[in-house]
Amino acid sequence: MRFLLKDNILIPEKNKEYALPISQIQTIPQPSLNPNFPYNPDLQLLLSGKQLLLDDLPFPLDEIQTHYENGYITYRKGIEYSRNKPVCSRCGNKTENWFGQFPCSRCGEICLYCRKCLMMGRISACTPLIGWNGPTPEHHLPNRILEWKGQLSLGQQSASNRVVETVNNMKELLVWAVCGAGKTEVLFAGIESALVAKKRVCIATPRTDVVLELTPRLKAAFPEINVASLYGGSEDRHLYAPLTIATTHQLLRFYQAFDTVILDEVDAFPYTVEESLQYAAAQARKPESAMIYLTATPNEKWQRECRTGKRAFTTIPARFHRYPLPVPHFNWCGNWQKELKKDKLPANILNWIKARLENNKQALLFFPHIRLMEKALPGLRKLAPDIEAVHAEDPDRKEKVQKMRNKDIPLLLTTTILERGVTFPNIDVAVIGAEDDIFTECALVQIAGRAGRSKDFPRGIVTFFHYGKTEAMLKARKQIIGMNQEGVRKGLIDE
Amino acid sequence: MNLFHQAQCLICHEIIQPLMGWRAIFSEEKELIICPTCEGKFEKIQGEKCRICSRLFQFLDERFRHGDLCHDCERWEKDPEWKGYLDSNHSIFIYNDFFKEVMAKFKYRGDYVLAKIFVQSIKEFLWKTTPDLLVPIPLSNERLYERGFNQAEAVLIESGLTPTIPLTRIHSEKQSKKSRLERIHIPQVFQVDHQIEIIGKNILLLDDIYTTGSTLRHAAKLLKESGAERVQSLTLAR
Repeated sequence: MRFLLKDNILIPEKNKEYALPISQIQTIPQPSLNPNFPYNPDLQLLLSGKQLLLDDLPFPLDEIQTHYENGYITYRKGIEYSRNKPVCSRCGNKTENWFGQFPCSRCGEICLYCRKCLMMGRISACTPLIGWNGPTPEHHLPNRILEWKGQLSLGQQSASNRVVETVNNMKELLVWAVCGAGKTEVLFAGIESALVAKKRVCIATPRTDVVLELTPRLKAAFPEINVASLYGGSEDRHLYAPLTIATTHQLLRFYQAFDTVILDEVDAFPYTVEESLQYAAAQARKPESAMIYLTATPNEKWQRECRTGKRAFTTIPARFHRYPLPVPHFNWCGNWQKELKKDKLPANILNWIKARLENNKQALLFFPHIRLMEKALPGLRKLAPDIEAVHAEDPDRKEKVQKMRNKDIPLLLTTTILERGVTFPNIDVAVIGAEDDIFTECALVQIAGRAGRSKDFPRGIVTFFHYGKTEAMLKARKQIIGMNQEGVRKGLIDE
Repeated sequence: MNLFHQAQCLICHEIIQPLMGWRAIFSEEKELIICPTCEGKFEKIQGEKCRICSRLFQFLDERFRHGDLCHDCERWEKDPEWKGYLDSNHSIFIYNDFFKEVMAKFKYRGDYVLAKIFVQSIKEFLWKTTPDLLVPIPLSNERLYERGFNQAEAVLIESGLTPTIPLTRIHSEKQSKKSRLERIHIPQVFQVDHQIEIIGKNILLLDDIYTTGSTLRHAAKLLKESGAERVQSLTLAR
């Protein structure tokens, strides 16, 4: 579309002679707020803290324009130019080959568009990003906010205190909590404290599964608080709520919305590789706000920043059940890929597997690549026909994980897709080919963290079969042992 | 040839590993658009097919085949109101799940650059036939504004061809939300622009997908009634 700049106000105008696509207008004037203007409260609810496209708004353009003219709505350029290079205002993309161009029927010009965040609706050079500039909706506060009656472990309690402090002081904090520490509960007091202060809170996580799992838990903990649960295709898309749980992708629709952002699994794909998601998280928080990062396995840079005092952090070094984390055993297995070519596996791996099958102990077997995993499957099925294998693009992934939970599968082969987020109560874990590059320190700590999760079966065996120890394997083991020692020192482990 | 230039697949964004060999070194460099993995997911329509609409007989029950025509075309051609308007349709790809995904991104998400994927096939088709006019099936003005571009026109433009627009479309509900019966029995959805010379012309209509063929037949009927000599159609998939 095109806008005409007249009397320091933008006016939508089709005439090509006078009007320009918004990206070509130098500075976008923002009319001052007219306190007497009867703004539309539905529009306020929909748009507060957001950055949306006109196509996302079920309101006529006239009404949006009137709100803009009275200072209640902001227009921003969908694509900004910085030193003549385009930057997408929504996702921060500035990589040349992530832009495309097309003869646009809206502005009548060759229009540049961002391919990076296309799935959230196309942003092009003539697209205005619409935001809210009026008062934010009032939260109504119930008498009782947090209804959770559980007891925090000692380790959880001290982390919880730090979270509350950070929320109140609008600071940043990394919560480094081992797999199975119970990090969700650690957030409750901080969230409550934010809600009491009428602050808006968001928990963002890279994966939809986690949003779906967290939503009922938070609704149960905060029964009288409206909770918006956002992921691709969710129904709460337009819901304004004091507490929002969203995939990191969904943060692209928010703009300076939250007083507290809690970022879960900051070390996980796709957050780590997609700069646009880090950009989205930064955009979604208010300039003055608190940021809590959660992870079991911070990357090296963050670990270094913690050690050198450049990053505020707190650890929960022990699991809530007060048993130590299982420490991985290293077992050299020779050139296992060569054996696999001959449809064999090294004897120590086979013995490990047979022992599990004989004792009816379920196990997860991690492989570095789909191809290798599928090569190993037929041979292993000769030992037990019910053995299954899963990978990221497996259409039956959910069913197979469920079958594993129901104990219908004795042994599940998997790629790194199951390295996090899944909990089976009583399993042993093996990595076949732990020397592969795909098994980073972080991946190996997560994998080891699958064992011994439940308080009824707090011990599990973790074995890394390898053809040469790697730095990542050593660091992973060191990290786990270090956490156990810290846990004992702080009195969080009973032995 | 630039050894350091890394082309990214337009569909999956993976770096395309160019095939190295004498041919690659000595022949003119072809622009790499999509990776071999994505390319492999497109299925070309090949084999015995309906004389008019290109439907593959391979996947069709014998009962729905009448000589060299499929059941649908037989029905169209028996109907005096529709007989003989669309001379033939050619479709390039099978409308499989992968194609659906790519088309959704191209047409509904509006990823215009994906038009490039089809350029080679369009050019190859036009080696065999030389129509006077290339006519993309138009969108209504409302739909065109909503989408930002016409997908059929985009493919022509990206192929370096010049589309002619003798038809306009009256705004109506989305085709994909209607049944076959509803699609056939709607009144004419197109209007003809008499400024453009149609009489005696050999016309190739272009559309993205052939579903029931009713859109193309509506357009063909109007063009023939306005004097076109021959109306064929080309769709990216069916």
